[in-house]
Amino acid sequence: MTQFGAFIKKEFFHILRDKRTVLIVLVMPVVMIILFGFALSTEVRNVDIAILAPDPDRMIEQIADRLDASEYFTVKRWLNTPAEIDQAMKAGDVQMVIAFGQHFSGNLLTPDGSQMQLIVDASDSNMAQSYASYAGGIISEFSRELAAAGEERGIETQVQFLYNPQMKSAYNFVPGIMGLIMMLICAMMTSISIVREKEMGTMEVLLVSPVRPIYIVVSKMVPYFVLSCINLITILLLSVFVLQVPVAGSLAAFGLVSLIYIITNLSLGLLISTMAQQQVIALMFSGLLLMVPAIVLSGMVFPVESMPPVLQAISCAVPPRWYIAAVRKLMIQGLPLIYAWKETVILIAMAVVLIAASLKLLNNRLE
Amino acid sequence: MGEEIVIHAEELTKTFGTFTAVDHISFDVRQGEVFGFLGANGAGKTTAMRMLCGLSKPTSGIGTVAGYDIVRQSEKIKRNIGYMSQKFSLYEDLRVWENIRLYAGIYGMRDREIADKTDALLERLHFTRERNTMVRSLPLGWKQKLAFSVSIFHDPAIVFLDEPTGGVDPYTRRQFWEMIYEAADRGITVFVTTHYMDEAEYCDRVSIMVDGCIEVLDTPRNLKERFEARSMDEVFHSLARKAKRTE
Amino acid sequence: MVIKYLLEKEWKQFFRHKFMPKLVVIFPLMIMVFMPWATTLDIRDINTVVVDHDVTETSRQFTRTINASSYFLLQDVVAGYDEAIDMMEFGDADLILEIPAGFEDEYAQTGAANILVAINTVNTTKGVLGRAYIQMLAAQLPPAVEDSAAPALVPKMEMLVKNMYNPLLDYKYTMIPGLMVVVIVLLCGFMPAANVVEEKELGTIEQINVTPVSKFSFILAKLIPYWLIGLLAITLCFLLAWLIYGLTPAGSLWTIYFFTVLFILTMSGLGLVISNKSSTMQQATFVMFFFVMIFLMMCGLFTPVRSMPDWAQSIAAFTPTKYMVDVMRNVYLKGSSLADLQTEMIALSIMAVLLNVWAILSYRKSS
Repeated sequence: MTQFGAFIKKEFFHILRDKRTVLIVLVMPVVMIILFGFALSTEVRNVDIAILAPDPDRMIEQIADRLDASEYFTVKRWLNTPAEIDQAMKAGDVQMVIAFGQHFSGNLLTPDGSQMQLIVDASDSNMAQSYASYAGGIISEFSRELAAAGEERGIETQVQFLYNPQMKSAYNFVPGIMGLIMMLICAMMTSISIVREKEMGTMEVLLVSPVRPIYIVVSKMVPYFVLSCINLITILLLSVFVLQVPVAGSLAAFGLVSLIYIITNLSLGLLISTMAQQQVIALMFSGLLLMVPAIVLSGMVFPVESMPPVLQAISCAVPPRWYIAAVRKLMIQGLPLIYAWKETVILIAMAVVLIAASLKLLNNRLE
Repeated sequence: MGEEIVIHAEELTKTFGTFTAVDHISFDVRQGEVFGFLGANGAGKTTAMRMLCGLSKPTSGIGTVAGYDIVRQSEKIKRNIGYMSQKFSLYEDLRVWENIRLYAGIYGMRDREIADKTDALLERLHFTRERNTMVRSLPLGWKQKLAFSVSIFHDPAIVFLDEPTGGVDPYTRRQFWEMIYEAADRGITVFVTTHYMDEAEYCDRVSIMVDGCIEVLDTPRNLKERFEARSMDEVFHSLARKAKRTE
Repeated sequence: MVIKYLLEKEWKQFFRHKFMPKLVVIFPLMIMVFMPWATTLDIRDINTVVVDHDVTETSRQFTRTINASSYFLLQDVVAGYDEAIDMMEFGDADLILEIPAGFEDEYAQTGAANILVAINTVNTTKGVLGRAYIQMLAAQLPPAVEDSAAPALVPKMEMLVKNMYNPLLDYKYTMIPGLMVVVIVLLCGFMPAANVVEEKELGTIEQINVTPVSKFSFILAKLIPYWLIGLLAITLCFLLAWLIYGLTPAGSLWTIYFFTVLFILTMSGLGLVISNKSSTMQQATFVMFFFVMIFLMMCGLFTPVRSMPDWAQSIAAFTPTKYMVDVMRNVYLKGSSLADLQTEMIALSIMAVLLNVWAILSYRKSS
C-alpha cells in the first residue's frame, strides 16, 4: 500500500510540474461555464424584421411600432417590392418580413377581411416557428384591441411555470454544460496521459515493477480525479453565484451523482487509453468521436424525447445523457436522490463495465 | 589535416535561469579533424553542441561555424553541417530510402542525384535489402548507422554527432568509427561527443568538459602524458573527481 | 523544390497512420448519417397528465382533443393534483392540465371558463410552446352557446405564415450545413494541433530544425495535406447530404468551396499555432479543445447568436465558425451568392491570413 501511495505521489508531481496544463485544465471550465451559461439560449430577441406594405398608412405603422416596441423584434427596414424580400434575407439582414396585402386598412372591415403574411427565414427552422408565433401573438393582440369588444369569451388558460418561473435558459443549459465539460476533460486527460507513458516507453518500466497493473492504472487516475473534483466545485460555485442557478435540492445528492459521473468518465478515458497506442489516436478518439455525440445526443441542447427512437436508443450509451437528466432533477427541480435512482444506477453500471473492459484489455496485452 | 579553422568558440555561455549549463567555453576545431567533445552526463556537451548547430541561442559569447556567426547566420550554418542527435530522430514511419530522400531533398539535391547516391550508399553499407524496410523495425545499431549516413549524405563541411554510439554493441561501435574515419578522409570535419573513453582514443584531439567548463583540450597522447595515465579513461577519472555537478 | 520532399513525407505519414485516414471517412459519416436526426428543438409529444375534477362530456372531449394532437402525449388521467405532480417528479409527465370542477357548467352558461396548466419549464422552450399549444387547442373547443347574431363589423385580419427556404420546416435542413462546419472544425483543428507537437515529443523535429529548411516551406507542407483532407471530407459531406437527405445547395457549390478553403485555412492555421506553442500533446489538446468548444457553442449552430447577451455576441464575432455556419446555411438553403456574403468573406479572410502568418512566425527552429 505504501508503494501505491508513492505512485500516486509521483503522478501528482508529474502533473503539477506541467504548470501550463494544470492551469488550462483548471481555468478552461471556468471560462466555458460562464460563457456558455450566459450565451446558450433559445430566447427570441434581436430579431430583425422588415415591413412590406404596398399602401402604407397609420394602421400599418401602428402594427410596425407595436412589433418594434416588443423586446423581440426590431423593424430594420421598409421594403417596396416583393423582390426585395429575397434580397434582404439572402444577405441575412432580416429574419422575417411582414407583408401587408393591398388596401390593408380599407379591407379590414369587409367580410373577407384584410390579408397579411408573415414571411419567415426558415433556414433556421428551430427558431423560425418561434419568430412567427411571437409576431403572430403580438399582431393578434393588436387586432383584438382593435375589435374593442372587451368581452371575455372562450377558455382562459392559467399557466404556472414549475421549477423555473423566471424562464431562464441557464436552468436548462447549465446541467448540460456541466456534463459536457466534465466528460470531455476527464476522458481526454486520463486517456492522453496514460497513452503518453505508453508511447514514451515509461509504462513498460512501471508494468514490470512488482506493483499490480491495476494499482498503477488507479494511481494514474487519482490525480485526475482530484483535478476533476476541483473543477466540479468551481463549476458549481460559478453556476450558483454567477449564473444564479441555485441548487434547489440536496447538495449531497448532487455531489454523489457527480462523483459517480467523474468516475464513469475517468473509466471511459482509461478504456480509450488501453485501446490507443499513440497519443494522437487517444486525442482524436476523445476529441472527435466523443465530442459531437456528447453535445448532440446528450439532451443538453436537443431534447432526447424529440429524437427518433433509434437515436434515443443510441443516446442511452452516452454518459452525459444520464448525468444531465439526474442534475436537472436534483439541482433544478430539487427532487430527492430517489427520483434519480435510474440515472445513478446506469452511471454506476457504465463505470463498472468500462473499468472491467479496460482491465481485461490491459491484462490481455500483458500476457 | 588543414590549418583552416572551421569551428571557433569564444567565451560561449548558456544559462537557463540561474543554472549555467555552459560556462564561457573557448576552443577551435580545424578542418578535417575528428574532434572529441568529452564530458560526464550533464556536463553541458549537448547544450554546447546545440548552440553550434543553431538549435539554441547562446546567452553570451561568440561562435562561428564554417565561417558563419552562430547567432546571426544560423540558417547559413545549417547548409554546411550535418547533425545526428542523441535521440534517434529519423522518421520511424518512413522507409529507409524515404528518409534518405527526404533529407537529401531538404538540402537541395536533385531526384536523379539522390537516387544514384542512395543506391551507392545502401550498397556500401550492405543495406540494399533493407531499402524498403520501415525504419521503425530496424535494429538500433542499423538505425544509428543510417542516421549517421543521412547526416553526411549531402557532404557537409562539418558533422556534429551527439553520443552517436549510445546503447550500441561494441562490434557495431567499431564499424561506426570506421564510418567516421571514412567521412574524415573525405574532408568532413567530425565533431563528436561521447562518454566512452576508449572512443576518445580514436579522436585527433579531445576536450573534456566538467561542470560546463572545458578543463583540458589536447591530443589524447599529450593528455595521457600530462596526467601520467595509461588510458584516456584514467585521464577522465582524475578530472571527473573534481566535478560538483551530478546529473 | 524542397516543399516537394516535405509534402511527400507528410502525405506518406498520414496515409500510413492506422487511424487518421479512417477518421477522415468515419467522422463525416457519423456526423452526417446520425446527428441531423437528433437536432430538433421542436417540442412534440409533451408528456401530459390530465387532472379531471369535472368529469363531464366537455372535459372528456377536451382530453380527447389533447390526446389527438401531435403536440401532446397523454400519459394518464388522474383524479388529484398530487398524483399528477408525483408523475412529473418521476419524469413521466412534463405538463399537467387541470380541469376544475364545474368546468362544463360554467362554460355552458357564460361561454367562458378556466383551465389550469402547470408546465415543467426546466426546458424553457417546452414552457413557451406548451402554453401556446394548449391555448390553441382550447380555442378550438366548440363554443358552448351559438352566437345568434354575428357581429357585422368586426375587423378581420387573416394571417398567413410563409416559411421561406425551408417550407416544411425540416430541422435537418437547418442542421446539415452547420454540421458540415463541425466536421471541418474538428478534423482541420485537432489534426494539425497534434502534428508539430507530436514531432516535438518524438524528437524528429530536431533533425529538421538543424537543416536549412525554411519555416515557410515546413509549415506549408504541414498545412497543404489538411486543406486536401478538409476538402475531401466536405465533399463527402455534400454527397451524403444529397444521398441521404436529398439536400443540395440552392446556391453555387463553388461559393461553398471558396469559403470552405478560407475556413480550413483558418482552422488549420490555428491548429498549427497551438501546436507550435505547446510542449506536450496534452497541452495542445486542451488548448485546441478549449477553442473548439467555444467555436462550436458560440457559433449559432445550436442556439442562435441573436439570442445571446450582447457581450457574448461580441465574443461570437471573433469565432470563425459563426461566419462559416452563416455561409453554409445561406448558400445551402437560401442560395446566397458571394455578393451577399461580403462580411463573412472579409472576416474569414482576415482570420485566415493572421493565423497562418502567426503559424509560420511561431514555429521556432531554435530556442
